[in-house]
Amino acid sequence: MERETPGRLFWHRFRRNRLAITGAMIVILLFFFAALAPYISPYDIGDINTKNALQAPSRDHLLGTDQLGRDVLSRMIWGSRISLLVGFVAVGIAIVIGTFLGALAGFYGKWVDNVIMRFVDIMLCFPTFFLILAVIAILEPNIWNIMIVIGVTSWMGVTRLVRAEFLSLKERDFVRAASATGAKNSRIIFLHILPNALSPIWVSATLGVAAAILTESALSFLGIGVQPPTPSWGNILTAGKDNIEIAWWLSLYPGLAILITVLGYNLLGEGIRDAIDPRLTAS
Amino acid sequence: MHDNLVVLNNLKKYFFIKEGFFSGKETVVKAVDGVNLKIKRGEILGLVGESGCGKSTAGRLLIKLEEPSGGEIYFDGEDITASNGERMRKLRREMQIIFQDPYSSLNPRKTVGKIIEEPFIIHKIGNRKERKERVKCLLELVGLRPEYTDRYPHEFSGGQRQRIGIARALSLNPKLIIADEPVSALDVSIQAQVINLLQKLQEDFNLTYLFIAHDLSVVEYVSDRVAVMYLGRIVELSDSRELYKNPQHPYTEALLSAVPVPDPTLKKKRIILEGDPPSPITPPSGCHFHTRCRYKTEVCREEYPVFKEVTAGHFVACHLRV
Repeated sequence: MERETPGRLFWHRFRRNRLAITGAMIVILLFFFAALAPYISPYDIGDINTKNALQAPSRDHLLGTDQLGRDVLSRMIWGSRISLLVGFVAVGIAIVIGTFLGALAGFYGKWVDNVIMRFVDIMLCFPTFFLILAVIAILEPNIWNIMIVIGVTSWMGVTRLVRAEFLSLKERDFVRAASATGAKNSRIIFLHILPNALSPIWVSATLGVAAAILTESALSFLGIGVQPPTPSWGNILTAGKDNIEIAWWLSLYPGLAILITVLGYNLLGEGIRDAIDPRLTAS
Repeated sequence: MHDNLVVLNNLKKYFFIKEGFFSGKETVVKAVDGVNLKIKRGEILGLVGESGCGKSTAGRLLIKLEEPSGGEIYFDGEDITASNGERMRKLRREMQIIFQDPYSSLNPRKTVGKIIEEPFIIHKIGNRKERKERVKCLLELVGLRPEYTDRYPHEFSGGQRQRIGIARALSLNPKLIIADEPVSALDVSIQAQVINLLQKLQEDFNLTYLFIAHDLSVVEYVSDRVAVMYLGRIVELSDSRELYKNPQHPYTEALLSAVPVPDPTLKKKRIILEGDPPSPITPPSGCHFHTRCRYKTEVCREEYPVFKEVTAGHFVACHLRV
């Protein structure tokens, strides 16, 4: 008989959720594109050929060409690298900050909790997007600054989640048992509470990637994100906006790419949540 | 060697609840309000009382899982009330706790082997191989198969989980074990097995138990002496057999009359306590029990009775017993 480990149970429930599987496939496909960009993109992304500018999709250029005659498909494949990179690094930063502060607030309580949670409230008061705009306007708008800025403005939700988990887990008897055997606080936090608090963190991370990709696209679209000639879905869209009446493909395809990617991550995130705890599923 | 392994002197635990963010007012919950108790080396002391009377809190205070608000705790002759840090970590090897709910007392993400091994790692005992050996011994000791080390808690039944909790508590060879309602969450058929295991271990390792429970028949069966707690204080303490034969406090009397007797022909007079136990936020004046007592007099309303010895080894806090 197969033993029921938590992992197997998770997979069993996840597999039955078609939307979640669709989301997972989209995400895997994107990873595939990003990893194999140099091998699968049909043209060099720097290949400027103004004679070829704004070509409609054809057999030579499946998704057409942009205002400088560059192949849109190739640029989008390379752009997926940017999206993934920004998504993961920004969320990584947010998760690390959020988990650390949330754990401190939930575990130690009292004034530590008060200080951290009021700081969260303050951060939540800023309209995040304008904060990012302001910071990027001061700093140099390169991809690393964008990732850092998105990361340090999106950790508050994680903090609240982790704090709530810690508040309930620290009252559980297995945590009391650990302190009764003389475990130090660091051991209790990292080996007893944190592993049990991970599931909401995974969900929030997956959903966070989608949000970060969206933010990056918006910034690049506004011209303060990833700077041309480096291709990003956002800055391809900018070019599309200027030529929307004569070259619809320049707006449609990167737009679709963003839509499908964000949808994919959201479906995956919700799938993970439902598989971890079926009781949370809205009927 | 001290005869008394544990001495509690006027032990108190108050919880403060803020009424609101802006009002500075605080409500005080007197969960444990001046408990005096001596636990003799090698005995099983039962601690009984209704839910919310503070018996679990008292147990947790004793092993310093909570900081007392007042009073003193002596363990093996040493005042441990203010002990912390390294000293307390050393002391933790001597005192362990078994919890009521076997579903919450084991970390769901760790294998049974890891759970039982952890105390050795914390106190840096043995190397990997020795630790694994001892985990297997402990599993056998509590009646589980040593091959179970790689399994997760959710693969076990309640009774088996409780045995795992017992194995963990025993791992460091403690002197004192707080058994906080160790069988209340188990099926009756399993209760007997776990109680017998606890008794056997007590004899084999010369352990001392503080056995917290609300089931009087269980407590009568296991305990050498029994303490009855009501609203944060001990109201009666006596040898187990004596207490059941000759209860002195009206509260104990009422509790005992509620114990089912396995004899359908025997008609027993039940004493029904009226009303709910009063809130520990606003305990009644005088004797805390007077609001539900059948024998109350004027003095009960005004003065808290002294906890005094009525016969040898039989203590009670009641104005009626002189």
